Amino acid sequence: MALLDVRDLSVSIGALQPLDRIAFSLDKGSILGLVGESGSGKSLTAMALMGLLPLIGGRVSGGSVRFDGTELVGLAEERYRALRGHRIALITQNPMTSLDSMLRVGEQIDQVGLLHLGLSAAQARARSIELLTQLRIPDAATVHQQYPHQMSGGMKQRVVIAMALAGDPELIVADEPTTALDVTIQAQIIQILVDLVRQRGLALVLITHDMGVVAQACDQVVVLYAGRVCEGSSVEAIFARPAHPYTQALIACIPRAGQARGSLQGIAGMVPSVSNYASGCRYHPRCALAQAVCQTDVPPLRTVAEHHRVACHFAMQDAASHG
Amino acid sequence: MLNYAIKRLLLLVPVFLAVSVVIFMIIHLVPGDPIDNMIQIGSSPEQKAALIARYGLDQPLLLQYGVWLRNLLRGDLGDAMILRRPVFQLIAENLPHSLRLGGLAFLFSTVVGIATGALAALFKDSWIDRSVMALILLGSTLPSFWLGLLMIMVFAVQLEWFPVSGARSWTALVLPVLTIGLHGVALVARVTRAAMLDIGRRDFVLMLHAKGLSHRRIQLQHVLRHALLPVVTILSLRIGWIVGGAVTIEFVFARPGLGSLLITSLAQRDYPVVQGCLLMLAMAVMLGTLLGDLVQAGMDPRVRDNLR
Amino acid sequence: MSAFASSPLWRVLRTWRGGVSLAVLLAIALAAIFAPWVAPYPYDIQNLSATNKAPSLAHWLGTDEFGRDVLSRIIYGARTSLTVAMAAIFGSVTLGMGLGAAAGYFGGLFDRIVTAIVDLTWSFPEVLIALIFVAILGAGLYSTMVAISIAYLAQFARLTRAQIMAIKSETYVEAAANLGSGHLHILFRHLLPNAITPVIVAGMLAIGDAIILEATLGFFGLGVQPPKPSWGAMMSSGTGQIFLAPWTILGPGVAIAIAVVSINLFGDALIEALDIRNRVREV
Repeated sequence: MALLDVRDLSVSIGALQPLDRIAFSLDKGSILGLVGESGSGKSLTAMALMGLLPLIGGRVSGGSVRFDGTELVGLAEERYRALRGHRIALITQNPMTSLDSMLRVGEQIDQVGLLHLGLSAAQARARSIELLTQLRIPDAATVHQQYPHQMSGGMKQRVVIAMALAGDPELIVADEPTTALDVTIQAQIIQILVDLVRQRGLALVLITHDMGVVAQACDQVVVLYAGRVCEGSSVEAIFARPAHPYTQALIACIPRAGQARGSLQGIAGMVPSVSNYASGCRYHPRCALAQAVCQTDVPPLRTVAEHHRVACHFAMQDAASHG
Repeated sequence: MLNYAIKRLLLLVPVFLAVSVVIFMIIHLVPGDPIDNMIQIGSSPEQKAALIARYGLDQPLLLQYGVWLRNLLRGDLGDAMILRRPVFQLIAENLPHSLRLGGLAFLFSTVVGIATGALAALFKDSWIDRSVMALILLGSTLPSFWLGLLMIMVFAVQLEWFPVSGARSWTALVLPVLTIGLHGVALVARVTRAAMLDIGRRDFVLMLHAKGLSHRRIQLQHVLRHALLPVVTILSLRIGWIVGGAVTIEFVFARPGLGSLLITSLAQRDYPVVQGCLLMLAMAVMLGTLLGDLVQAGMDPRVRDNLR
Repeated sequence: MSAFASSPLWRVLRTWRGGVSLAVLLAIALAAIFAPWVAPYPYDIQNLSATNKAPSLAHWLGTDEFGRDVLSRIIYGARTSLTVAMAAIFGSVTLGMGLGAAAGYFGGLFDRIVTAIVDLTWSFPEVLIALIFVAILGAGLYSTMVAISIAYLAQFARLTRAQIMAIKSETYVEAAANLGSGHLHILFRHLLPNAITPVIVAGMLAIGDAIILEATLGFFGLGVQPPKPSWGAMMSSGTGQIFLAPWTILGPGVAIAIAVVSINLFGDALIEALDIRNRVREV
């Protein structure tokens, strides 16, 4: 049984419906990449998984999220709180602002152990220092006593990761964990996350807009566009045989070494805002293959190969032509 | 940190000098001969001559200011015209009463204000929140002296729970403190509530939720701590209102203190006393503001580090 | 017509807060202006055989210790309060805007000096500043106006300066300067119109505070002198009758409260409608 099983998940904020029937599943010890441009609904998915939608005025309007057999949608708040920080942990995008600036970082990590694992103050502290050391932070005992403003972005993000690990989680949801960091640090952080997954058998939902990160770290990929899943498959399949026009365009955008100058590729058009979603297939205004049917009928998510699903009226053709 | 405190203290000196100039000029701007404004009618020429010598009244203005300042620093604030006692003595007698009133009012405002503001933020949009908001509206719009009179009429005259005026017992402090305090509570509660709601929208609060902490704990143990910063800022900026409030309320409740001393001597045109009181009150405001600044600086770890 | 319908004023009027408070304010203003017709009695007619009478049909709010009709004195007192407060704030806003705009625009040493002085008075309670000037100028109508005016000067200077500095660096101002517009031209055509709105609204709210300050000074006996009626002075003499005739204190007090609360509610509604909350209240 998959550790995390998301089916037909829809999220609404007020009168708008930014997420429409998202579906994917994840096993222990594997990494799922959730890809899409800004505005595709990736962060909302993270919030939905954590049950934090009410904080931004949203709610789950349909579907199911099963974690280790337990249904999370509609779960009582006290029970959800027992899961958050403990069995399911969140790593957010901006380490600059996700730490409490008035508390020492060590205290903020200790908090998790004290709350969820019933540790004593001394035990929690020792555990935090050990985690920091494992995350390759030098002189962890000193760092434990520092304040956030005394650290670099990369260090802060490691602290955030330590906070996520402190509760001994089975599932980590990482919402663009490297976007706010320097390029040189990005690869390090991603590698840390990958190693953690392999060593501890965790499950990781890695949200990103960067296909390069996906190639580096993920086992599976789910591509989101305008609140819907376009394509979901293993990482090899997505790069070898991308079936959805959007996925193909995304991959084509990745800059390659040796590319001629001035030949950066983009995708024509802009990501629509929630109030401006197109009818039928939401990608059709920017799609080279668009036909009349794309405007009228929403393409269903269909299986085109083993563990490979696509939501496109013309994906079958493409997949067939690629073999 | 100590260096910062000393620096700020030194900065107070030019401010104090500027204020003292204005206060010094009062006697010279008022219509009439300064000598007549400082001494009783019917004084002998010898008394007048002694006064002139003491204050250098035959000297150019600048020198007069210097003499006045020098006298000031020696504790010689002149003599009260009407009561014919050293101003310094009058102030020394009245100051403790004002300090007691002001101090208690400040304590009351801060504690009750923060508590109610935090409760309002915690239970946003509930009846608690709405009651607090109504209280804030009342406290900030009703004139404090009217509130004081109302208190007297209801609690002292009708219900006879507290004395109508004076300072004979500690119970006489209750109504005045409440009157000044209500205005302060309104201010502090408003800022606390607004700050907590604003801070509650920040990223780190989201993270705290993601760690599994309860809403109540997040608000009271984390958000409140951050909210205290703007509260301290406001309090240190507006510390003057306590002084202003004390002046008014002392008069309303006929309590001894610098405030009522100032008002009565203004009405009697007893300028030496007026000057002395204004000077003391101005110093109170300046010192209070400085203290607020220091507390503020000490509270934020980022500022603390910058100062080292 | 449609322009008015979407204007902020209309939005304010449509809310309970905005509409009711404005109606109350207009009522007070009209009563003050037309006092001789609205008030049942002249404010200074004494009737020593009917002193300290409780509210009755003949005297809706009773009489004071000289037998004067309290209601009439309150209505005439509105004239004093409103005149003093509005005149004082008008002067304060004008002078403050001028100082603040000049300081913000020209910057440099002038700015530093003005800021130092303004900051100095900013931390002092208005009561204290007003008392200082009453000490110098004596009691009375005009000195009260001046004292109150100066007491609020710092607030408007600071506010204007902040607005000007925020706008000064906007590109369209730089463009105007580059195109050769003179200083005054830039100030009046570009900077002031945008800076004005929050200051005007703050001024409106300050009128409420000024009314209270005028009443406080009157209560101390340092404001408008008798026989001119003043809400503060009425309450002050009322304290002598606190046991016998509490309505002499309650009446003016309620009048002040209604006026000030209405001003505050209307001002708040206006701030929300104009969406300038962050620009108006520095504190």
